[in-house]
Amino acid sequence: MSDKTLDRVASATPPPVARKIRGLSDRAIAWIFVAPTIFLLLAINIFPLIWTIRLSFTNYKANRIGREVKEIGFRNYERILTDSDIWLNMQATAHFLIWTIFFQVLIGFALAWLINKKFKGNDLWTTIIVLPMMLSPAVVGNFWKFLYQPQIGLFNYIIAFFTGKEPSSFQMLGEVNLAPWSIVIVDTWMWTPFVMLICLAGLRSIPDYIYEAAEIDRASKLRQFFTITIPMVLPFLMLAVLFRGIENFKMFDLVVQLTGGGPGSTTELTSINLKREAFEKWRTGYASAYAIILFVTVFGLASIYVKALNKVKER
Amino acid sequence: MSYSKLATVSAIALAATGVASTAQAEDLTLCWAAWDPANALVELSKEFEAQSGHTMNFEFVPWPNFADRMLNELNSGGKLCDLLIGDSQWIGGGAENGHYVKLNDFFDNEGISMDDFAPATVYAYSTWPKGTPNYYALPAMGDANGWFYRKDWFGREDIQAAYKEATGQDLREPQSQTEMLQIAQFFQGREIDGKTVYGAAIFTERGSEGITMGVTSALYPWGFKYENTPGQYDMEGAVNSPEAVEALEFYKTFYETATPPGYTNSYMGESLDAFKSGQVAMAMNWFAFFPGLYADPVTGGDKIDFFVNPPQNIAASTLGGQGISVVSYSDKQDAALEYIKWFSDPGVQAKWWELGGYSAHNAVLQDPGFVDSQPFAGDFLLAMDGVLDFWQEPAYAELLLAMQKRVHDFVVADQGTAQEALDKLIEDWTEVFEDEGKL
Repeated sequence: MSDKTLDRVASATPPPVARKIRGLSDRAIAWIFVAPTIFLLLAINIFPLIWTIRLSFTNYKANRIGREVKEIGFRNYERILTDSDIWLNMQATAHFLIWTIFFQVLIGFALAWLINKKFKGNDLWTTIIVLPMMLSPAVVGNFWKFLYQPQIGLFNYIIAFFTGKEPSSFQMLGEVNLAPWSIVIVDTWMWTPFVMLICLAGLRSIPDYIYEAAEIDRASKLRQFFTITIPMVLPFLMLAVLFRGIENFKMFDLVVQLTGGGPGSTTELTSINLKREAFEKWRTGYASAYAIILFVTVFGLASIYVKALNKVKER
Repeated sequence: MSYSKLATVSAIALAATGVASTAQAEDLTLCWAAWDPANALVELSKEFEAQSGHTMNFEFVPWPNFADRMLNELNSGGKLCDLLIGDSQWIGGGAENGHYVKLNDFFDNEGISMDDFAPATVYAYSTWPKGTPNYYALPAMGDANGWFYRKDWFGREDIQAAYKEATGQDLREPQSQTEMLQIAQFFQGREIDGKTVYGAAIFTERGSEGITMGVTSALYPWGFKYENTPGQYDMEGAVNSPEAVEALEFYKTFYETATPPGYTNSYMGESLDAFKSGQVAMAMNWFAFFPGLYADPVTGGDKIDFFVNPPQNIAASTLGGQGISVVSYSDKQDAALEYIKWFSDPGVQAKWWELGGYSAHNAVLQDPGFVDSQPFAGDFLLAMDGVLDFWQEPAYAELLLAMQKRVHDFVVADQGTAQEALDKLIEDWTEVFEDEGKL
């Protein structure tokens, strides 16, 4: 900023304000600017967290305002950690998380690798591939529900065509063995493009001269792939895994639309169970303890992962 | 007096009193589920608007979200609803948590007698604690879970002959639960007019209350009880009695052998769709839908008939239906009470039935012409004689969700045995009642 501009700004500042600001230290001014953000952070994030921790030690129910609230110590935590049904929910969540990430990374990277090759219609294919992630999860859930319909669903007909089975002889959403895979398939269909885009960004960030140098050194394509492509894309891949991991840990809408947590409790992920405890059964104290356990789990896993990610980036 | 005459006379009388009314005109909001009877109520309420000068607004929420939406509204002390037609199971919470206005004084002052309404509906929709003369709602919509079937298929000679050959019995409206299963199994996978059809559409929905309402339609006829001694919460031996185990196994067999493929998460809408699309020979659903089903141009009229939930050890049906309450957080309670007074009138009740609502007023139900007024009217009366309801405790949502989980795990997900499912259900319910300080 030129001296003239500074003079103009100084002269435009009303005298009392200017005097006041002149009397404040840089540190104080910095605090004034940061204070609203800190206040919002405290009000929206920190206070609810502390309040949730406090509620988790009580038998509080938000729908029973007049009821006496009792301090019950670690009873809620004890109940949750010894409840075999909750461990089944955790297993269902882990199954969903691991397999969706596995397939999304595998297919997403493969698609990115193919799209990265220069060919005619490249942009059109990229647009077509990213379409699923632009849709609303509620729409996708309903749409796939029809595809999975045993009598008229296209999915069953395609499988029947290849296997020779009767289309209505299996129910993707209704059978205990198939339902967990049905939600993995839909999430993979929807979110693989997201992983693909991140991988594509990684692939396009690799300078051509590295490959040219490798060519001069007579490195094979396979060797180039494992010694150049994979290591340089790895930080991007890990970032994609982090994003998808966090998203899928709190997965709710898509699965509720598809299976509602069923059949039985086969696809009842922790987020669905937590919602039922908190806002259908109104066991607020219990649900608070549940939320804290999940928070600690995600926070712990994410911290370890971010450390690993930083190490990879430093390499 | 027929109810059309009764309706006319009462309408004139009410119109006369309405003219004399000088109360301030209010904008009232009535909350209910979004379904066929709600449309009938909108039509009916126009008369109230004309007489009282008040304006009626309606907030109708689809069934799967109805409980969530409305209970959240009540729990937060919301002022959206002045009047609420809430599910029968909410009455305990509505009364104990202070959501509903107690109506005893109002009924006394206005000369509204609960003796004028069917006893089962007063017990189920209005009283808390159960059976005591403490009223928090006026019976608004009598309902029960019933059945309907393809009368045209049942009447075909080729199908009757095939059934006779397969079972040695005549094809007729089922007289017991087991006969109903036998008929459903007969139709399962059968070719009718070149199309594969299935036995019956039953409730299997997991998210809200569906499978519990379906399963109890089998449990109750087998003699299922929630407690050994009413009010004592002593569930061991009642909830998991041998009869209850048998009934639950029966429902699972029904689901596995006599329902359309993919019927794993189905409730009212899916049952109606399955029937209207010609997929099933029979279907369970609430009586509230029967007027619409009868009027359906494709599968209604002479192609459909109705029957009450068949007995097994006893005759019993799962209760549906609701009472109408005044929300205690409303600023317009006087106008809301005016609506209830108007709605309780026998003439209005008669018109309510004519429009497709299910009146619980004795003047309507005991009218000599009632049974013949609709093809399902007689079955409705039969059903209401033997209705049983789920827990109506303030903690009903916890109790319901526990049952949803346990029975869905067993019936649809094929996990464990019926005995284990009911044993676990007792454990869940015991925990809830312990939390409530009732055990």
